[in-house]
Amino acid sequence: MMKTLLSAVALLASSLAMAAGPAVQLDKAPIDLTDKASLQNGARLFQNYCLGCHQMQYQRYSRTFSDLDIPEELGMEHLMFTGEKVGDHITNNMAPKDGENWFGVAPPDLTNVARVRGPDWLYTYLRAFYTDDTRPFGVNNEVFPLVAMPHVLQELQGVPSKTFETRLVDGQPKQVYVGIKTDGSGELSEEEYDRAVADLVNYLEYVGEPTKLEAHALGYKVMIFLLIFFVLAYLLKKEYWKDVH
Amino acid sequence: MFKNLMSWIEYRLPFMDKMNLHVMQYPAPKNFNFWYFFGSLAMLVLVNQIVTGIWLTMNYEPSAEGAFASVEYIMRDVDYGWLLRYMHSTGASAFFVVVYLHMLRGMMYGSYQKPRELLWIFGMLIFLVLMAEAFMGYLLPWGQMSFWGAQVIIGIFGTIPFIGEDLTLWIRGDYVISGATLNRFFALHVIALPLVLVILVFLHIMALHEVGSNNPDGIDIKKDNDGSVEQTEADKKFTFHQYFTRGGKKIIVDAIPFHPYYTVKDLVGVAGFLLIFAWVIFFLPEGGGYFLEPPNFEPANPLKTPAHIAPVWYFTPFYAILRAIPHPFMGAVAMFAAIVALALLPWLDRGRVRSVRYRSGLHKINLINFCVSFVALGVLGVLPAVGIYTLLAQIFSFTYFAFFVLLFFYSKNEKTKPLPVRVT
Repeated sequence: MMKTLLSAVALLASSLAMAAGPAVQLDKAPIDLTDKASLQNGARLFQNYCLGCHQMQYQRYSRTFSDLDIPEELGMEHLMFTGEKVGDHITNNMAPKDGENWFGVAPPDLTNVARVRGPDWLYTYLRAFYTDDTRPFGVNNEVFPLVAMPHVLQELQGVPSKTFETRLVDGQPKQVYVGIKTDGSGELSEEEYDRAVADLVNYLEYVGEPTKLEAHALGYKVMIFLLIFFVLAYLLKKEYWKDVH
Repeated sequence: MFKNLMSWIEYRLPFMDKMNLHVMQYPAPKNFNFWYFFGSLAMLVLVNQIVTGIWLTMNYEPSAEGAFASVEYIMRDVDYGWLLRYMHSTGASAFFVVVYLHMLRGMMYGSYQKPRELLWIFGMLIFLVLMAEAFMGYLLPWGQMSFWGAQVIIGIFGTIPFIGEDLTLWIRGDYVISGATLNRFFALHVIALPLVLVILVFLHIMALHEVGSNNPDGIDIKKDNDGSVEQTEADKKFTFHQYFTRGGKKIIVDAIPFHPYYTVKDLVGVAGFLLIFAWVIFFLPEGGGYFLEPPNFEPANPLKTPAHIAPVWYFTPFYAILRAIPHPFMGAVAMFAAIVALALLPWLDRGRVRSVRYRSGLHKINLINFCVSFVALGVLGVLPAVGIYTLLAQIFSFTYFAFFVLLFFYSKNEKTKPLPVRVT
């Protein structure tokens, strides 16, 4: 009986490991919330490439500026384009109805996108566009097939397309998909593009939970306090229980 | 002067006498082990939920239009709002962790057996109200999982023949889950159910103190004063409230006053619990996607069904039973029966020996079977109901109920070990 139970549990555990995941292997996003330069570059990319369609309606400019060590005047000059106030939320003026008409679906708010999708998904997704003439914007995506979004970062990456190699599979020459290559027409090299996407995702990860570093810093202090409290409580208990034993 | 004041009050409201009765001179068995931490921890978590909940309501907005944004406001703009929110959301999961372990303790040591049946029933009612409280609380952030999880759970009531449709309409207050549903869930979550919960906890403790605490040996510490058992020197060391000796008809052995001995011991448990609790709050608030589910960071959208709807982890054992049965209404009945079976334990278990320490090998295996089934169902409830998972859920639903059926039959004439006279 025990044996059957144990093997059933083992079976369950092993099947858990293969539980539904994305079809594409996700690359690990190099997240570092303490890297202010990376976060600042991410914020710059967001303001220039994303904000046109996607809002961060729960995040305030002032929050981004103070957390990322961006002086207010500098931030207002370089990151705020349409005369908002520094305490305003990071929003645009695209009506959701228009978004629906133009793209088929209103572009989602990105404040929490890193918490919904996870940074690895975003990092892979933004590097997985490829040309596909059957799509309205001429691009498709490996991670998010039939996505309604155009490849906004194309001017940075260049025109990406799927590349194939002829390989012998079971003795037959076959076309095998090996990855996405750009034509080199972008402003950035392949490594620079990956770095830029990493910075952008780093920023999205920060905006998803701007209190994370604060929580960790406070967390260590609380843990140290609780450890001391635990020891003292244990000694107190031992002292009192001398009467009992 | 102070003494006069105290006796003036005592005469009108015997506060010190009640404190002695329930705390300073309450006889608790001296052999409580690790498993006895979880009652006091459940109370601690209840207080945590109430206090952080009060502060959260100060900035939360119970409306379909404003709920999600107000939670983000708490997370971003309210000073330490993130801490309050994480304490509350982690507290919900912690509540179920400690309550499940507390219930397992009761099952291991037969704490539900005579004369503690009513105590167990109050506990089960607390569990039921706690589930309702957690379910309604989960709707309030108005995220995708809030909405669709509620859709699934309210749908369970819709499977009841004849009245199902009207019942779901009555629960929602609308034809779909809407702001009206959110508003009433808010009212129930912040005042009605917590009030019931606090009253039930009070009754649970009163019922406990009337019959006295069980212990890992499952034997009584209040013996008949007929000379069959003598008090040792150690037993005479402590003073207990005369209420417990029933005017000299009982003698108390192997007991210690709850305060200070168990208050200081529980303090160690509290510190240990808080170490884990704080670690989750500060470093893992999402609990790997089980305490706060990723789709819930997206606002509720009635037009977009998430790819995979899973209730929060503490409901998944029962959810797996629901899905294991192909017929929707029978599934709901089975799910409810899984909870009722627990409540009926005092009558399903016909044994006289309480503690697993002195019960048969069969009972030990059966109890392990229950634990394995419960955990396996919990895991399966998270996974999509496809292929092998459905079959496994059916197998473990069967073994879950088999625990109760087997218990009923073997407990009548169970071969048990002799009980000690004094606690070990």
